[in-house]
Amino acid sequence: MSAPLVRLAGATRRYGDVTALDGVTLAVPAGQLLGLLGPNGAGKSTLLQLVSGLRRPTSGVVELFGRPPWEPAARAGLGMTPQETGLPPTLRVREVVDVVAGHFPDPVPTAEVLERFGLGDLARRQTGGLSGGQKRRLAVALAFVGRPRLVLLDEPTTGLDVDARHDLWDAVRAYHRGGGTVVLTSHYLEEVEALAERVVVVDRGRVLVDGSLEEVRSAVPARRVRVRAAALPDLGADRALIDGDRHELWTSDADALVRRLVRSGAPFADLEVASASLEEAFLAVTAAADAEHPAGRRTSTSTSRTRTPETGAPETSTPEVAR
Amino acid sequence: MISTPTTATASEVTPARGGRTGGLRLTALHTRAQLLETVRVPIAVIGTVVFPTLTMLFFVVPQPFADDPAQATAATAQISLFAVMSVCLFTYGVGVAEDRALPWDSYLRTLPVGAGPRLAGRLLNGLAFALVSLVPLVVVAWLLTAAALPADRLVLTAGALAVAALPMLGLGLWIGYGMSTKAALAVAQVLLLPLAFGGGLFLPPEMFPGWLDAVSTWLPTRAGRDLVVSATTGADLPGTTWPVLAVWTLLTAVLAVRAYRRDEGRRFR
Repeated sequence: MSAPLVRLAGATRRYGDVTALDGVTLAVPAGQLLGLLGPNGAGKSTLLQLVSGLRRPTSGVVELFGRPPWEPAARAGLGMTPQETGLPPTLRVREVVDVVAGHFPDPVPTAEVLERFGLGDLARRQTGGLSGGQKRRLAVALAFVGRPRLVLLDEPTTGLDVDARHDLWDAVRAYHRGGGTVVLTSHYLEEVEALAERVVVVDRGRVLVDGSLEEVRSAVPARRVRVRAAALPDLGADRALIDGDRHELWTSDADALVRRLVRSGAPFADLEVASASLEEAFLAVTAAADAEHPAGRRTSTSTSRTRTPETGAPETSTPEVAR
Repeated sequence: MISTPTTATASEVTPARGGRTGGLRLTALHTRAQLLETVRVPIAVIGTVVFPTLTMLFFVVPQPFADDPAQATAATAQISLFAVMSVCLFTYGVGVAEDRALPWDSYLRTLPVGAGPRLAGRLLNGLAFALVSLVPLVVVAWLLTAAALPADRLVLTAGALAVAALPMLGLGLWIGYGMSTKAALAVAQVLLLPLAFGGGLFLPPEMFPGWLDAVSTWLPTRAGRDLVVSATTGADLPGTTWPVLAVWTLLTAVLAVRAYRRDEGRRFR
């Protein structure tokens, strides 16, 4: 089994009193398409900054291609997107691509990059004059200029219309099919559901959930049971929202919960069971973590599992979900 | 094809150095990009170029000593140092602080390039600016005053300006790498005029009262000024000049290197 392209072991990063990343252990093997989810301020950006060498961990280990990421040579196989607001406004599109290409031994020719991302006609435009969507496409294109083995995409489709988003997804899938490794953060859970094989949810600097898309779906309270009742006994729901006689119960096993409800003998009406989207499930996980254990709430260690490239199967079967 | 990732293992990753991505090539790449960025905002160029020339027009040209070759030459040398100094404090100080706050600078730091080429690009960029800002100054001195620089003193003067600029360079880089944009702008502005005036860059120190002259002796600008004036006119160099310059250069270099090492771009996000 080849070494992981990215490895974090107990990586912690503090800014003064604030702990942005708290003992994160995570390994990304070659060829994986990993989706990184978490609310704003969860530590996603800090994690990417550690991996791309922008910041060093306060403690713990961070490695990129087996080296410390702050060594320039470690980043030779890395492709990243700048934030689209960060393009130098006075430089022309072609010049921006040329500057990035100049750092790699075997870059994709600039004309080819521009063509591939639909920017061919804009080569001579200053980036300050591009639309938001065009800037975003240029920003994403820059990640692929150096023929990277690993691409970090931070919110790649924010601000893109539906067509442009799907074009970009195709580009990411094509890169991944060719053997490329991708770590993707997104506000659009739909995007992670559409692309990622593995999902890591971070919140408050910790890994909350780490598993395949299916595992995460089944492990988080992904079933929503709605029912009207005057009063209900404790049915073992992960999370219960009560509004008058309306009860909304979140659980990973709706069958068991409904069985308990019936056996309890409590009168109820309008029973409704629905499968939650990843987005809803994810919100439930982070909200539950907030409510139950304000401090030191996660007891499970966030040991990540690596996936063997041969089988694509995780080495352990249950994702760790801290409750 | 957007890319063709190889299936190499991590141990096969080769560092991007030598050949097409050598240090010199990267330096040229960054210098060119930075110059393009700056030159395409003409007002920034004009500001740097015009201010020292205006100072020359107001502080030197109308004065009686503008007709005296030695004094006019010394005055031109002083203002030249002022021009170089403002480039150091603003291009390096404020400019670097502004760059650090931009996401593009963070992005460049994720590319396989070390600090060297980016810093070298910045230094060359500042050098180009300093030279450009000296051109109108010299033209004004030549046309409107009696200043004259013998050809054999040209190289010596350029060298003196470069040496006198060293503590200013350290100061600028310390401000740029150590401070936020707002703080950098304020500190650069607060330092520029007292240092320039106190160092005798506007009015010659001969016109200073005794106490100011005493304080002035220990300023890096005064030592730099004396060095440049001596290079242009052959005037005697005070014994304090070299030690004062050396101490300030060392001190500001240490501050700049420390700020640079601690820099991680923007602090939060």
